[in-house]
Amino acid sequence: MNRIVNQPRGPTTQGRTFSEEVIAQTPGDDPRLSMCLQCGTCGGSCPSGADMDYSPRELFAMIDADMRGEVLSSNTPWYCVSCYYCMVRCPQDIHITDIMYTLKRMAIQEGFSQESNAKDAPDFSETFIDFVENYGRSFELGLATLYHLRHHPMNAMRMATGMGFDLFRRGRMNLLPTRIDNIDQLQAILAEAKAIGGNGDANL
Amino acid sequence: MQTYSYYPGCALERNAAVYHDSLMAVAESLDLTFTEVEDWNCCGATEYITIDLIPAYALVGRNLALAAEQNCNGRSLVAPCSACFLNLKKTDHYLAQSPELNRQVNQALAAGGLHYDPGSVHVKHLLEIVAEDVGFEKVARAVKRPLYGLKVAPYYGCLIVRPAFDGTFDDAEQPSSLDVLMRTIGAEVVDFPAKAQCCGGHMTQISEEVALHLIHQLLKNAVDHGADVIAAICPMCQLNLDAYQDAVNKHYGTDFHIPILYFTQLLGLAFGFGEATMGIGQELVDARPALANIQSKPLKPPRRKRPSKKELPMPPKLQEV
Repeated sequence: MNRIVNQPRGPTTQGRTFSEEVIAQTPGDDPRLSMCLQCGTCGGSCPSGADMDYSPRELFAMIDADMRGEVLSSNTPWYCVSCYYCMVRCPQDIHITDIMYTLKRMAIQEGFSQESNAKDAPDFSETFIDFVENYGRSFELGLATLYHLRHHPMNAMRMATGMGFDLFRRGRMNLLPTRIDNIDQLQAILAEAKAIGGNGDANL
Repeated sequence: MQTYSYYPGCALERNAAVYHDSLMAVAESLDLTFTEVEDWNCCGATEYITIDLIPAYALVGRNLALAAEQNCNGRSLVAPCSACFLNLKKTDHYLAQSPELNRQVNQALAAGGLHYDPGSVHVKHLLEIVAEDVGFEKVARAVKRPLYGLKVAPYYGCLIVRPAFDGTFDDAEQPSSLDVLMRTIGAEVVDFPAKAQCCGGHMTQISEEVALHLIHQLLKNAVDHGADVIAAICPMCQLNLDAYQDAVNKHYGTDFHIPILYFTQLLGLAFGFGEATMGIGQELVDARPALANIQSKPLKPPRRKRPSKKELPMPPKLQEV
């Protein structure tokens, strides 16, 4: 692929730079990440930027410098709230939010996701998708219960007696999950998708 | 009569059931019919894409394929939840843009006997069809009991206006369609600079500190500008602002009690439906005291203050839209 701005620095796995790997795993971004101007509009627009280890701008400079471990063990992607402000304001049209998702997937795959202060976040996603894979629908009560009992038992108690109870009392919480009719079809599709390559590393 | 394919999404099954019910009630007044996509599945929210890429797109791909298969007259697919709307729209967009992603997702769909050609389903958010397809004039004709005197903060949140794939129907930073819609039903729309800011999404579960900060900003901004009620267009936004208001008050020592209603509930009240039919009372912060502010006649606009000769001449205050 053509690098527009910078020459690739030391090749990593599969003979590609970290930046090239990130781009290859992010649909629709080719090759904008490498055209980052370091203007900082992303960090300035970010509602949770103050709590991030590195702003998106810093993170992109680190990706370019092949600082794989530091990037993947930071909390930055996990603190992204997916508001897309950075993405619509980026003068280079970098798909920043989608890149954050790519970094989250890489962090989990390569075992870095337990090193930031957002280490519970991957399990929240895993618990959520467990219900989706088994029922075809999400299940709020099951998700909140399992996730909080595992990670913050005090929170689970607080939610069960406070907000959870209030929502339940107003008929806003199901006690049992709903299963779609054709769950077999959905599971066959997801199994095939995983076989193709969960992380889809094929120059998307 | 306009007919749409309808993708309710998981939240509207239970937590946001009033959003679904109020929509179905007002649909008749607006000559809209909705045909639910049969056997739709969860869109994956922001979680599936965090774990697995191709399965995340295949999950949404199944919904698009089902909608295309069941949709014989080229109808648009409507999602009332902003997260579902974004995931459906984004999947369609990236499948069209990336032939390799499209090939892999369709290979997965084939394992379930399905196929999807990107571009064959036109995805729209509910607010988009009310504002654009129905139009404000038709909404105005359906109004029986205007919400005079009710001060509404129109809250758009993120995903309906950003990232604006294929161009969006409203501005990414300063949207105005919900403002106009609320004014159309007689409500007084307050200035709400935070109208397109983030409610925090799932951050309440990852870092409550970060989420409460975002929710606090939104509540404070609406209250500072005199709102009686916040109009929401997304179940995640409604849940965060409603259910975490108590936690915000404890954390920041504030005393907010501003109700969060779906815009369809406010439409229904203006169309003459009763509070019970519109599901008023299912929100955790009770909306009834705020709704008691509704007047039978429009309030007289406050008299313009004559500018003091001592002050510097300033441009007139911007009128929205």
